[in-house]
Amino acid sequence: MTQSLLEIDKLSVTFQLPTGPVTAVKDVSFTIAEGETLALVGESGSGKSVTSTAAMRLLPELAETTGAIRFNGENLLEVTPKRMRRVRGNDISMIFQEPMTSLNPLHRIGRQIGEVLEKHKQLKGRENRERVLALLEQVGIPEPERRIDSYPYELSGGQRQRVMIAMALACEPKLLIADEPTTALDVTVQAQILDLLKSLQAQYGMAILFITHDLSIVRHFADSVCVMRYGEVVETGRTLEVFDDPKHDYTRMLLDAIPRGRKEPAPADAPVLLSGRDVKVRFSLKKRLFGKDDYFEAVRGIDLSVRRGETLGIVGESGSGKSTLGRALLRLLQSTGDIRFEQSDLQALDKSGMRPLRSRLQVVFQDPFGSLSPRMTVGEVISEGLKVHHPEMNRRQRDAEVVKALEEVALDPAMRNRYPHEFSGGQRQRIAIARALILKPELLLLDEPTSALDRSVQVRVIDLLRDLQKKHGLTYLFISHDLSVVRALSDHVLVMKEGQVIEQGPSEALFTQPREPYTQALLKAAFLEEETVAA
Amino acid sequence: MLIYTLKRLLQAIPTLLIVITISFFLMRVAPGGPFDGERQLPPEIEANLMAAYHLDEPLPMQYLRYMGNLLQGDFGPSFKYKDFTVTELIAQGFPVSLEIGGLAILLALIVGLPLGIAAALKRNSTVDYVVMGTALTGIAVPNFVLAPIFALVFGVLLGWLPAGGWNGGALPNLVLPVVALSIQQIAYIARMMRASMIEVLGSHFIRTARAKGLSESEVIWRHAIRPALLPVMSYLGPAIAGIVTGSVVIEQIFGIPGIGRYFVQGALNRDYTLVMGTVVFYGILIVVMNLIVDLLYSALDPQIRYDD
Amino acid sequence: MTSDSKPYSGEQANAAPLPAGGPNPPRSPEPETSAQAAPAGESLARDAWRRLSQNRAAMASLGLLVAIILVCIVGPWLLPWGLAEVDWNAFGTGPTLENAHYLGTDANGRDLLTRVLYGGRISLSVALVASFVSLLIGVLYGAISGYLGGRVDNLMMRFVDIMYSLPFMFLVILLMVVFGRNIFLIYAAIGAVEWLDMARIVRGQTLALKRREYIEAAHALGVRDSKIVTRHLIPNAIGPVIIYVTLTVPKVILLESFLSFLGLGVQEPLTSWGVLISEGVDMMESSPWMLLVPSAFLAMTLFCLNFLGDGLRDALDPKTR
Repeated sequence: MTQSLLEIDKLSVTFQLPTGPVTAVKDVSFTIAEGETLALVGESGSGKSVTSTAAMRLLPELAETTGAIRFNGENLLEVTPKRMRRVRGNDISMIFQEPMTSLNPLHRIGRQIGEVLEKHKQLKGRENRERVLALLEQVGIPEPERRIDSYPYELSGGQRQRVMIAMALACEPKLLIADEPTTALDVTVQAQILDLLKSLQAQYGMAILFITHDLSIVRHFADSVCVMRYGEVVETGRTLEVFDDPKHDYTRMLLDAIPRGRKEPAPADAPVLLSGRDVKVRFSLKKRLFGKDDYFEAVRGIDLSVRRGETLGIVGESGSGKSTLGRALLRLLQSTGDIRFEQSDLQALDKSGMRPLRSRLQVVFQDPFGSLSPRMTVGEVISEGLKVHHPEMNRRQRDAEVVKALEEVALDPAMRNRYPHEFSGGQRQRIAIARALILKPELLLLDEPTSALDRSVQVRVIDLLRDLQKKHGLTYLFISHDLSVVRALSDHVLVMKEGQVIEQGPSEALFTQPREPYTQALLKAAFLEEETVAA
Repeated sequence: MLIYTLKRLLQAIPTLLIVITISFFLMRVAPGGPFDGERQLPPEIEANLMAAYHLDEPLPMQYLRYMGNLLQGDFGPSFKYKDFTVTELIAQGFPVSLEIGGLAILLALIVGLPLGIAAALKRNSTVDYVVMGTALTGIAVPNFVLAPIFALVFGVLLGWLPAGGWNGGALPNLVLPVVALSIQQIAYIARMMRASMIEVLGSHFIRTARAKGLSESEVIWRHAIRPALLPVMSYLGPAIAGIVTGSVVIEQIFGIPGIGRYFVQGALNRDYTLVMGTVVFYGILIVVMNLIVDLLYSALDPQIRYDD
Repeated sequence: MTSDSKPYSGEQANAAPLPAGGPNPPRSPEPETSAQAAPAGESLARDAWRRLSQNRAAMASLGLLVAIILVCIVGPWLLPWGLAEVDWNAFGTGPTLENAHYLGTDANGRDLLTRVLYGGRISLSVALVASFVSLLIGVLYGAISGYLGGRVDNLMMRFVDIMYSLPFMFLVILLMVVFGRNIFLIYAAIGAVEWLDMARIVRGQTLALKRREYIEAAHALGVRDSKIVTRHLIPNAIGPVIIYVTLTVPKVILLESFLSFLGLGVQEPLTSWGVLISEGVDMMESSPWMLLVPSAFLAMTLFCLNFLGDGLRDALDPKTR
């Protein structure tokens, strides 16, 4: 075995909070050899980012660190701050999850990259600039001569992450710590960044400590893996061994937490429930006091139809217009074109005409923190729709309905007098589902209902949605960027890009034989794990 | 940049029009004329006077005439300081006010910014508590209380500095008014700077700067201070307005012959043209200062686009 | 969700019922409290109050403020002197326990404490009324502008921008000069100046809230617009409004004192802290207490209001939540 480059030995981190000490990392040990890639895997709150930040000694002062972090045999927890600064950016460098905010907004990117070279390699002036240009070229920034003088706001998220990588690689470090470097990016961009990291690693021979919650990336990217939960390591080992034969229950559960199964098709003669023809939505970008406003067409003429009991998956990257389309179909946004729900022409209805239909068309949003009013109890949130649609019910009857709805989403009804901020993300999403279900809807718009949740929670919410659909014969409009989830739930899939439908078809056919290059790229980027799981 | 400046100047025109129009018509509905009071004038003389000042014309005509004169920098005659035009009075007073106000804003920045930065860097330490406690006191004690107390303590009791008077702008005469005028702004600026500095220090790009291996002082000087200054810069507009307003009392208390004092005297003596002239002048001043602050701001922030 | 590099942000600080660190223990169903009779949750308002009551400086300020207000209301009835009552035996005497002139008299032999308390009534009433006026105009204007959005919003905000750049202080003074000094005019004028910030804040809140998913969810439920405004918008916008009101009150008091100090505020026989301070300045050398007593009352009130505002902001600010 090669010599170990970084050795984390019984590392513990405790935060001294005003409310008392909180231990975020406990007795964590692992090693990384030169040129190796180790993935640190865990869900939110597992302490994986705290561990990697501790390795750079970048934790806030109220963190107490014990144990040892040995880099080339030198314990970084004991070296002077001055020595530590020689290590940062030079021997070990780091890229972060937030490409949009990790660059200084007031400095040109050339200067930000050049700063590292000036600090550690004493490169100045012309030499400095040339090296920066070479780096930009290497990380695939187009027109580096021009881009070197750009400010961060002039670059896209993917480009900013490339700049961060250029900055991290400037001094050819021996170890790169990548903290969820692709989480905030669209899948296709994500794949490009991962490819870039891989090729640069081959070129520079550096080791990578890769922090992620996404197991599908790990399998393809890492030599070994270290699984963390609640600040402790539950399992470490070679990636293939851990994936093939997980020793710990938690690892097994994580590996299982991939939405599986396929939806049973709806009967072929089921009637069409909702249909849209040439649906268009446009937003005015800049309002002028006089004259014409500038418009942006978010949805550019889309046809679709869903039959009763079906799930229509709508897939696309951020900015593709998928959420806008969903809201337009439910008349939550103004649109043009034809929208029909059974026999009724929704576009012809005004607010009060729409109201009776509202109980049959319900919605669950992405953000489990933003979709519940923080000043109402859960019971009030769930029963609000009853007040609108069943004014004849008294308080007791409404309460009974709330209890039933909560039981249906597997939450303890005793919690109905609590406020949303007292619940976890998964629980809030269940509350949002209960709020929709209590009205006994026929169609449910699910707008990225699981994207903000940890994988293991995600799978349980998906199971719940699936059970509910079966039990009540619900029709779903399922909007998501997560193709594995869409595949597990949908009969039909619509792929959107820039407000238009790129491709559509029955789910199985579309996932196995995509026709359009864009769809193929999406699938390739997202289904890293599927090929191997199938194998 | 030039186009942006011109655009902003154009936008200032409606504001100024409103100021001028409001003041003009308020003056005209004011009870009593400029020439009653001291002694009863014979009707024919009064009529002559009214004609001389064009007060016998219909209102719209007077309004247009006033606007026309304004464009030529003529604020009309003062009713009470008979030998002077308002323009002359403002021209006399303005350099004095400008000196006091300019020094006060400078002092507020020179003292307030470092205090705020120090408090932010030593967050929750004794330094922080002392600075922020003092700042809160500075905000709670208005300048018209502070100024007389200063005058009493340093001028009368200790006799270190003159308790009032201008003396041609000699340094000892400047100290007390400038300090009294700036204290409240020092307090505001220190508080804002602390808050924005703390926010910037917690941001992701500061983490990046530290991860590069920069020393703490490099992180602060190169990466933290400029972004932290932005919100404080946008406060400068209101700060200047506050100093201008404050100078009115300060000049009154210390007996300084600036426009603030003319303004108060004019208001108390019902010297309508003088009050109106100073209000319009202050309006122009504040609009121009706001424009300068905005241009400064855009120089600090590359993301400001001039086409908006 | 929250990046786990900062475990001190948010969750642990607040969500007591959840186990710190990992809200979602896997495998087992999500954490649920044992099934007892529905326990009451902690509302945000109560939560904020709990945090405010832990802030000693803010609570002390609140106590002192209440004391000042009570003394100003009740005090004048308990003291033997009237507002304009002249004690021929005491002209410009200093604070003493004799003659019941506890804080001395002014040059006309009027009891200073009595006058300060009467002045406090005026100053505080101006603060109350003018803040209320600004609150009313600001909230209505801001909420309408934000809720309607589009072109109307654009126009309404353009207007606010123009108003902003007016030298208001001077226009108010001009107003006082022209129409004479009148307490109702002061109420209205100050209220009319201070509503601008409030309108901006409420508009910003409304715009932000409008995009919140729970408002969209309410639309999807078919809840009427009026109910959305009363049940969702207003309760959720109230935090920043409360914070801003606590900042407006001291500003208003200061403005009134400023006008009074210049001799443009309330008129004899009424008095206010600003008037008393201005009288005190004239007599500063011979009777310093005439300046110090009203100044102390004014500064103390402003100090408490600012401290209370800071405390409220910490307790209500969604960022610390």
